[in-house]
Amino acid sequence: MKEKATRHEMPCQDPVIRAHNFDEVALGYSKETAVAEAKRCLQCKKPLCVGSCPVEVLIPQFIKKITEEDFAGAGEVLKEKNSLPAVCGRVCPQESQCESKCVLGIKDEPVAIGRLERFAADYQPAMGKSKVSVPAPTGKRVAIIGAGPAGLTCAGDSAKKGHAVTVFEALHVAGGVLMYGIPQFRLPKEVVQSEIDNLKAMGVEIKVNTVVGKITSVDELMAEGYDAVFLGTGAGLPNFMGIPGENLNGVYSANEFLTRANLMKAYRFPEYATPIKVGKRVAVLGAGNVAMDGARTSLRLGAKEVYIVYRRSRTEMPARVEEVEHAEEEGVKLYLLTNPIKLNGDDRGWVKSMTCLRHELGEPDESGRRSPVPIPGSEFDLDVDTVIVAIGQGPNPLLTKSTPGLELNKRGNIVVDPETMETSKPGVFAGGDIVTGAATVILAMGAGKKAAAAIDKYLKNM
Amino acid sequence: MYKVANRRQLAPSIVLFEVEAPEVAQKVEPGQFVIVRTDEKGERIPLTVMDFDRTKGTITIVVQDVGYSSAIINQMTERSAFLDFIGPLGVPTEIENYGTVVCIGGGLGIAPIYPIARALKEVGNQVVAVLGSRSADLLILEEEMRAVSHEVVIATNDGSAGVQGFVTDGLAYILNQGKTINAVWAIGPVVMMKAVAEFTKPLGIKTIVSMNPVMVDGTGMCGACRVSIGSETKFACVDGPEFDGHLVDFDLAMQRLSYFKDEENRARARLQCNHEGGHH
Repeated sequence: MKEKATRHEMPCQDPVIRAHNFDEVALGYSKETAVAEAKRCLQCKKPLCVGSCPVEVLIPQFIKKITEEDFAGAGEVLKEKNSLPAVCGRVCPQESQCESKCVLGIKDEPVAIGRLERFAADYQPAMGKSKVSVPAPTGKRVAIIGAGPAGLTCAGDSAKKGHAVTVFEALHVAGGVLMYGIPQFRLPKEVVQSEIDNLKAMGVEIKVNTVVGKITSVDELMAEGYDAVFLGTGAGLPNFMGIPGENLNGVYSANEFLTRANLMKAYRFPEYATPIKVGKRVAVLGAGNVAMDGARTSLRLGAKEVYIVYRRSRTEMPARVEEVEHAEEEGVKLYLLTNPIKLNGDDRGWVKSMTCLRHELGEPDESGRRSPVPIPGSEFDLDVDTVIVAIGQGPNPLLTKSTPGLELNKRGNIVVDPETMETSKPGVFAGGDIVTGAATVILAMGAGKKAAAAIDKYLKNM
Repeated sequence: MYKVANRRQLAPSIVLFEVEAPEVAQKVEPGQFVIVRTDEKGERIPLTVMDFDRTKGTITIVVQDVGYSSAIINQMTERSAFLDFIGPLGVPTEIENYGTVVCIGGGLGIAPIYPIARALKEVGNQVVAVLGSRSADLLILEEEMRAVSHEVVIATNDGSAGVQGFVTDGLAYILNQGKTINAVWAIGPVVMMKAVAEFTKPLGIKTIVSMNPVMVDGTGMCGACRVSIGSETKFACVDGPEFDGHLVDFDLAMQRLSYFKDEENRARARLQCNHEGGHH
C-alpha cells in the first residue's frame, strides 16, 4: 500500500522580490521533494497521462527512475520522446494535458508531472553532458525551416533516425519563440540553449541568419539535394486592434516588446545596445500567456501600474491559470469586460490614455465562450503611457509566398494532412503555428514529432 | 562572421564597408536591405544596400555615425567582421523602362539610390540624378553616381557645390529645362522625402520613397516598422521599404523615428564616456 502524500508545491521566488528581477520565478524541486512526489505516481498499467501528451513522453517510466533516484536515467527516458524536456517541464500546460488525466486527480490532486519533468531534465546538464548515440547515417537529407519548437523537435527526431538534418533560422539565434517570446524569468535562455546544444551534439546543423523565402527557397533547397523539407516558421505577423491611435509612440506589439526584452536583452540596456521604453502605467491588451508575459516584463522594467485589459471575463481568459496567478501575485491588475476603442495621444505623438468601453457577457459565440457585448454609454478613459497589443498573430507570408504549389487556407495557414503533416507539395511537410495559427509550444512540438515520423516513412519509400 | 573586405571613409562621419556575404550577394536586388549586428550585445541595424558583387560575393553598405550602434560600426576596420549579416530583406525596386527618371539622394540616401539608378539606366531609362547634402564636404559618391546617370544635378544647403538650396530646387531646375519626368525615386531624410513628394504630387509625377523606420527583426514579426500608407498600416520590412511617396504619412514616420531618442542619447553618452576611459 502506498502512503497517501499530497502534491508537493514547487518553491518560487517571493512575488514582491521577483517582480523586480529577471531571475527564474519557479525554483524547481529538490532531490528529496522530487523523489517524494515521484512516489505518489501509481505506475498505472494503462497510463492515461501518456495518451494526452502530444509527444507521448513515457511518463510512468521516467517517474519510476526518479523514485529509484536514477535521475540521469529519468532524463534519458524523457529524451527518448521529447527533444526539449527542460522547456516542456516549464512551459507546457500540464494541467490540461497529462496531469488532467492522472488517476490520482479524480479524488486528490494529480502527480506533478511537469515539475518532475523539469527536475529530471535539469539534472543532466548540471551533471555534465549526456552520452549521445548517433545512429548510422541513412544518406538522406532533411531541411527544416524555422528553429522554433516544431522545427527543433522535427530536427531531433529526424536526427535520431539517422537523417542528415539542417535547420534554417531567420533570426541570429535558434529557439524561435523560446528565445524571443517567452521571458527569461519563465524560461531561462540558458536552458533553451542547452537543449539546442544537445541537438547539435546529435549532429543537427543549424544555420542562423538565413531567411528562407529571401536568401533561398524551398524549391532551391530541394534542388540542392534535400530529400524532404519541414516548414515550421511559426505565427509571425502581429495583429493589431485596428482602432485609432495604434501607431502612436508607446504602443508596441507584444512581439516587439518581448523580442526587445528577451532576444535582444534590452532589460540590460545600455550594456546591451537595444533599447526598450516602459512608462509608469502600462495596458496590455489581451489575456493569453503572451499578454501575461508582456505584463510581467513591464513590471520588471519599472512600470508602476500594469493592467491586463480584456473584453471577456476571468473564466474566458486563454492564459494558463498559473500564469494569471503569478501575474496577479506580482501586482498586475485585471481590467476585465473592458475593451479599448481608441488610443489618445499627446501633442508629441505619445500615447497618454485609452478610451474604453465596458462589456457584459452575452450568448456563447462560435468558440463556445460567452461573447462580450458592449454596454452603451459606458465609455471611460484609462490613463496609460505604454500599450502592449497581445491579441494574437497571423501567419508570416514570407515563406509561403515564395513557395509555389503550397496549399493555404483562407487565413494563410498551410494546409496539411493531419495524420502525416504532409502539405500539397510532395516531400514538403509543415507543423506548428504556421499550420494551426498561434497555439502552444507543446502542440507545435507534437506536430514536429508527427512530421518527423512521416518524413522518415517518406524517405524510406523513396 | 562576415568580414569587412574594404573600408572607405566617404565623409567625416560616413563610411563605406564592402562586406563578405556571398549568399546574400547572390540574391540581393536594388532597393533591398540587410540587417547587421556587430557583436553579442549589439542591436540589429537595418541598412539599405548600396552595392553588391555577385562574383566577389560582397555587399556594400554605407553607414553614417548618428548613434551608438552606427558609431561602433564606423570604428570597424578591414580586420573586423560583423557577427550577423541578414538579408536580402524587403521588396526589390520595380525596375522597368519608365522613360526619364529622376533619382534623388539626400545625404546618406545617395548610397541606396545608387544601385537603383544603375539598374534603371541598364534597362534603358534616361536617368537624371539629384544629389543633395548640407555642404560639399558631406556630399558622397558623386563619381559613382555620375557613372550610372546621364546627368547629375547637385544641390547643397550652403551653396558650396551645385545649386544652393534643397533637392527640390534641383528637381525644379530639371523641370525648368523642359524635361518630362516619368518617375522619381527619392531616398534621404524623412523631411526631404516629404518635401519631394509634396513637390511632385500636384505635378502628378509617380514618386517612390524608401522608408527607414525603427526595426527589430526585419521579417514582419515585430511590427516596429509600421508606416501608414494611404491610411492603411503597412510593415516597411516586408511590404516595403519602398512606397508610393504620395500615400506615405511622413509626419507619423518622423514621430515614430523619435520613439527611442532618449535611449539613443543615453547609449551615445555611454560611448563618449567609454572613449574618455571612464566607467560607470
